[in-house]
Amino acid sequence: MAGEMKGWDRNQMAARAAQELEDGMYVNLGIGIPTLVANYVGDKDITLQSENGMLGMGPFPFEGEEDPDLINAGKQTITELARTSYFDSAMSFGMIRGGKIAAAILGAMEVAENGDLANWMIPGKLVKGMGGAMDLVAGVGRVIVVMDHTNKAGESKLLKQCSLPLTGKGVVNRIITNLGVLDVVPGGLKIVETADGVSEGDLRAATEATIVG
Amino acid sequence: MQKVYSNADEALDGLLKDGMLIAAGGFGLCGIPELLIDAIVKSGVKDLTVASNNAGVDGFGLGKLLDTKQIKKMMSSYVGENAEFMRQYLSGELELEFNPQGTLAERMRAGGAGIPGFYTKTGVGTQIAEGKEVKEFDGEDYILERGIFADLSIVKAWKADDTGNLVFRKTARNFNPPAAMCGRVCVVEVEEIVPRGSLDPDHIHLPGIYVHRIIQGEHEKRIEQRTTRKKETA
Repeated sequence: MAGEMKGWDRNQMAARAAQELEDGMYVNLGIGIPTLVANYVGDKDITLQSENGMLGMGPFPFEGEEDPDLINAGKQTITELARTSYFDSAMSFGMIRGGKIAAAILGAMEVAENGDLANWMIPGKLVKGMGGAMDLVAGVGRVIVVMDHTNKAGESKLLKQCSLPLTGKGVVNRIITNLGVLDVVPGGLKIVETADGVSEGDLRAATEATIVG
Repeated sequence: MQKVYSNADEALDGLLKDGMLIAAGGFGLCGIPELLIDAIVKSGVKDLTVASNNAGVDGFGLGKLLDTKQIKKMMSSYVGENAEFMRQYLSGELELEFNPQGTLAERMRAGGAGIPGFYTKTGVGTQIAEGKEVKEFDGEDYILERGIFADLSIVKAWKADDTGNLVFRKTARNFNPPAAMCGRVCVVEVEEIVPRGSLDPDHIHLPGIYVHRIIQGEHEKRIEQRTTRKKETA
């Protein structure tokens, strides 16, 4: 079934996620596909936050220009911009918890129809920790999840209820998958749009969570 | 009041005790107090509880204190980069208390500000909330988290004057100010001790009141994830 559908690839998902961002927003991008979103913001004036203590994150440095004192939350070397500011971790999470960051775009292992998010641990497997994910989903204005719609076995990752330990309860606003865009609304998920070559029927068939409307 | 010491061993003299709680600055390997960690390894002090966002990597940073089994418990948000850590944790030799990153930073800040506890919405409804008081404010649930009061803070800054006024550099600031604030004694290592009066008072990131001992030294400053882009050819 999944083989028949076209859907979006990683870059198309990132490009779709970039459409969520508005001029003037302060935004935090997670690791993986969310990082690619920065490539698609176009002319919009977006300031990227890195939760280790920076606003105005620039691109990766040119070879030979890496600075060990300048990294992002994924520990990668980065650069600064003319607008950049630095601050400590307490202030960084103060602006996150305090709702000053307009949106976070994050990956997920599972999302439930009530907006529960699981993206930090699989019991019995190596547990690395939640890092800043719990603070981000609890604090930012809008939580946008970018994820594959199904797992490798073809099972829905958009569930009635999460089976994995939660990162946050009722925190997700919008989900962008390879099959389309869905919003968390009272009673379940609402289809906002379908990806190229994907019908609403395809999207419903691939989703375990209740779809309303 | 003499705060400047000649090396890390001297700066830590008389401060280390088995079973103590140490707050350490740094994020990943960025801005970590590598010289003080080396001196703690040398001292042989053991059964340490260390509050630090990460646990270093194998053979560097706090990873050295794990290799020698001097750490009994870590309070961290992310420990994924360290095989020896995982081995000790899975075999039950090492305790681990996961803290959401912002909660850990605020627990340090609060401890340093004399605040024994605070309510936060981070972690409500998750494993992190288990056993913690839940209180409703204006219709929303919050959980109670405790301030951290450390026996010792170990911190890395860029520059200091001899009174302990500190300036950090770029994202190497991270957990260093809150870690410095929450310790009964704070020892700082810097790349350069500059003459009194040469730092602009308006540009001090952490005032010297939080700093008790200072050393200057050479830092390796290892990069964890070297990521670059190609120069576009004209």
